[in-house]
Amino acid sequence: MHIDEIQNGIVIDHIKAGKGMELYHFLHLDELDCSVAILRNVSSQKMGKKDIIKIDSVLNMDLGVLGYMDPNMTISIIQDGKRVKKFHPELPEQITNVIFCKNPRCITTVEQEIDHIFKLTDREKGVYRCLYCESEAKK
Amino acid sequence: MRNLIDITDLTIQEIDELIATACDIIANPDKYCDACRRKKLATLFFEPSTRTRLSFEAAMLELGGSVLGFSEANSSSASKGESVADTVRVVGCYADIIAMRHPKEGAPMVASMHAPVPIINAGDGGHNHPTQTLTDLLTIHREKGHFDNLTVGLCGDLKFGRTVHSLIHALSRYTGIHFVLISPEELRLPSYIIHDVLEKKGMSYEETQDLEAVMPKLDILYMTRVQRERFFNEADYIRLKDSYILTLDKLKDAKEDLCILHPLPRVNEIATSVDNDSRACYFKQAHNGKYIRMALILKLLGVEV
Repeated sequence: MHIDEIQNGIVIDHIKAGKGMELYHFLHLDELDCSVAILRNVSSQKMGKKDIIKIDSVLNMDLGVLGYMDPNMTISIIQDGKRVKKFHPELPEQITNVIFCKNPRCITTVEQEIDHIFKLTDREKGVYRCLYCESEAKK
Repeated sequence: MRNLIDITDLTIQEIDELIATACDIIANPDKYCDACRRKKLATLFFEPSTRTRLSFEAAMLELGGSVLGFSEANSSSASKGESVADTVRVVGCYADIIAMRHPKEGAPMVASMHAPVPIINAGDGGHNHPTQTLTDLLTIHREKGHFDNLTVGLCGDLKFGRTVHSLIHALSRYTGIHFVLISPEELRLPSYIIHDVLEKKGMSYEETQDLEAVMPKLDILYMTRVQRERFFNEADYIRLKDSYILTLDKLKDAKEDLCILHPLPRVNEIATSVDNDSRACYFKQAHNGKYIRMALILKLLGVEV
């Protein structure tokens, strides 16, 4: 199988095998006009199998949230066919409307208009808590 | 503009200042009787709580201000489906400061994000109740004169007891505190408070189910009620509600200067025979609640006396 090299865009590598499609929808990549390739179950020395997403467009995308989903992913920024930056996404300090509070006593369960905001309270353990009720986010 | 949503919103220095102001109010009430003239406090109680509401209202009235508000959600626009955000935006047009109690956790935080005036969290579900904690701290300060090197027993419902959670947060900022956590297995302190507060800050603590065994070492005994409204399952409530009942007999080995606290209302967890014991401080505690709320209103309104 051959996927053309992208010229200007983003490669998200080391996605857990089987999670690529979930990430595709999560990032709303189905709404893009540009070429987007999802490679599933690619052989990996480190992971055995992995998924990869290649996006052939320069996007102004908030990639911070990827850190919450899986900080082991690798993000490469491609310019003129060359990789100019490669990094692991860091855990963002705050995430909005990505995870939803499951505490039945939380105000967000009765007021639909409120943004679901979670703050990073323990970077070492990757713990996020609801801004309002402080319940721990469950992945 | 300042709000009080969580006790950790206040620094130790600010808490010390509030306690100093409250003590000055107690010593010189006349000095403060017109401090909030022409100011209005709105008490928005989406859940009934007579004593907390009356304490806030008495505090504002003693400062020469006025009060308005409602005491249950049915008598407010919330019953028509209005959001917390809209309610406080509107009430902020009429009042200078808002004290809010709400059954849902985080509601006062939402209010503080939208209100044009300071918000005081007067209790949000089983989550926070910072003015109760300030009341507890003022009482400990008045009874003991300091916060350091105290052995503090917390007894009863440590799982849902928000006053316990807030008090642990507040006291864990002082040195030499030893917490004794006394509860049935089902109502133990949540692990996130043990990990995030006690262990992270290196606090000394022990857990036990035996109140009498630890009684001799306690400087403070904080009793709590097992609250029916925090249980989804009535059977669990019935089973656990009488776990600990403090009697004079159980106090026989307690220190002479033990300070017994309770956020009130009590049901039966402290026998009425304990009320006349010199170590019973819970009615003094309720009285102190008014003074610390006066100090807080002054601070949040930026009133200098």
